[in-house]
Amino acid sequence: MKMLINVPETVVADALRGMAAAHPELTVDVERRVVVRRDAPVAGKVALVSGGGSGHEPLHAGFVGPGMLDAACPGEVFTSPVPDQMVRAAAAVDSGAGVLFVVKNYTGDVLNFEMAAELAEDEGVRIARVLVDDDVAVTDSLYTAGRRGTGATLFVEKIAGAATEEGAPLERVEAVARRVNERSRSFGVALGACTTPAKGSPTFDLPPGELELGVGIHGEPGRERRAMMTAREIADVAVEAVLDDLRPTGPVLALVNGMGGTPLLELYGFHAEVARVLGERGVPVARALVGNYVTSLDMAGCSVTLCEADEELLRLWDAPVRTAALRWGL
Amino acid sequence: MTETAGTYGTEFFVRWLEAVAEAVEREADRLTELDAAIGDADHGANLRRGFTAVRKALEEEPPTAPGAVLVAAGKQLISTVGGASGPLYGTLLRRAGKALGDDPQVTRERFAGALGEGVEAVSRLGGAAPGDKTMLDALGPGVEGLKVSFSAGRDRAGEGAAGTVPLRARKGRASYLGERSAGHEDPGAASSALLFAALAATARAEAADGTRTDGEGAA
Repeated sequence: MKMLINVPETVVADALRGMAAAHPELTVDVERRVVVRRDAPVAGKVALVSGGGSGHEPLHAGFVGPGMLDAACPGEVFTSPVPDQMVRAAAAVDSGAGVLFVVKNYTGDVLNFEMAAELAEDEGVRIARVLVDDDVAVTDSLYTAGRRGTGATLFVEKIAGAATEEGAPLERVEAVARRVNERSRSFGVALGACTTPAKGSPTFDLPPGELELGVGIHGEPGRERRAMMTAREIADVAVEAVLDDLRPTGPVLALVNGMGGTPLLELYGFHAEVARVLGERGVPVARALVGNYVTSLDMAGCSVTLCEADEELLRLWDAPVRTAALRWGL
Repeated sequence: MTETAGTYGTEFFVRWLEAVAEAVEREADRLTELDAAIGDADHGANLRRGFTAVRKALEEEPPTAPGAVLVAAGKQLISTVGGASGPLYGTLLRRAGKALGDDPQVTRERFAGALGEGVEAVSRLGGAAPGDKTMLDALGPGVEGLKVSFSAGRDRAGEGAAGTVPLRARKGRASYLGERSAGHEDPGAASSALLFAALAATARAEAADGTRTDGEGAA
C-alpha cells in the first residue's frame, strides 16, 4: 500500500509538525503531543480536553479552538494517548474553573484518562469526565467493553465547547455533555478495510462484493458481513439501527460521517437517502453535517449519528466555532 | 554479584526485563498479526516502544533493588505505551514491585506472590475475570506455575494463552466482535506468556553461568 509518509514511525509527529505550520492559532507541542489553543487558559472559562488514538483526523486536534476543545492529546495510530499528555494539557488550559475530559469509551482511553485525572487532581486541577458511547452496533452488556464512542464525539465536543464559552460552570458543562451523549446514537458501515502505517496492509480482508455492517473506527471487523448493498439499502439499515435504539420524539441533529476513504460525492448521495428514511419515519432533521470528521484512516464507508435535539442543544450547536476542521459564525 | 542460593537480586530482574524486551522485539510481528485478527494490529509495535523505553530507563538510572526495577519499568510502560496495555502492564509491574519493597534479594516464591498481587491489580483496573479472553488468562496460570518453578510458570502461561483461542472476548476491543472473536489467540495473553518465557530463560541462563547453586534455573 502506497502512503504519503516518510516512515511509519514518525507519522504522528510529522502530522503535528504540519498542524503547527498550518495553524499559528494553535500551540503544538510535537515532542509531548499536546495541541492547545493559543489563547489558553481563557480566564474564568471551563476547559475542554479530549484525546485518543491518531488516525481519526480531524478528530480531535482538528477541533481545537474557540467554541470547541481547549486542548487535544493525540496518541499513536489507533492507540490511546498516555496519562502524561492529558496531565500536561490540563495544566496548560486550566484557568481555575476546572477541566472536562471528553473520553471515547474504549478500554485504553478510559484507563489512561482515569490515571491522568488522578494525577491532575493531585496537582490541584478540578477534573470531570464524560464518556462517549454512542455506537449501537455493540451491545452494552457484561459481555463487551460497552458501546464504542464514535460520531457523537463531535456533537459532544461542539456543544459542550459552546457551553464553556457561555461561561457555564464545570458541573453544568459536564451535564450538557452527558445529555448530548445520552441522546446520540451511531451506526457504521465499511466498504473496505483500512491500512495502518505500521502494518502496511489492510487490517481485515473484505472481498469486493461484500460490506461490513456495524464497524467501529479502528479497522476492526464489524458484526455482520453481507453482499454489497446500494446507498439506499445501506441508509435503510443504518438509520433503522439507530432509530431502534434512540426513538426520538423531536427533531435531530444528523451527522453523515465519512470514514476517510469515501468521496464527498458519495457521502452527499448517501445523506439524501438518510434524509429520505428519516422523512419516512417522521423524524425532522434540525441540522445536518456531511463530511469526513471521525475517520478511520483510509477506510471506505460511513457512519450515521443522530442526536435528539432540544432548544438549548440547538442554540449551542449554532454557536460560533473556529477550529481547523469546523468553523462557523465567526 | 553475590547471591544467596535460591534468591534473586536486582541484576536478575534487570536481565529478565531485557529478555522481555528482546522477546517482544522478536515476536512483535506475531503479536501484531494476532491483534489484526481481533483488534487493531498494533500490539507488537506498542509493546516494542514500551520495552525499548524500559531498557533505556534501566540503563540510564539503574535501580538498586528488585522492587525498584519493577516499579521503574511499570512507570515507563504507563508513560510510553498508551492503549489498554500501557496502564495494565504498567500496573502489573508497579504493583509487583511495590509488594517486593526494598528487599535486595527475593525468592522465587516471594516474587510469585508479588506478581500475584500485580495480577489482582490488573484484574481490578481492567474489570476482567479469567475466561474473558484477556492477558489474565495467561498471567493467572503463569503465577500459579511460578509458585512451583520458573519452567512451570512458562508452561502454564503458554497453555493459558493457547487456551484463549476458542474463547469469546468479553473485554477490550475484541469484545466488539462477539462470536467472531472465537478461534483466535488473544494478543494480550500471548504477550503475557512472553513475560514468563523470558523469566524461565533468564533463570536458565543464570544456572548455566554457574551463578546459581540450587538447580532452580535448570528446571
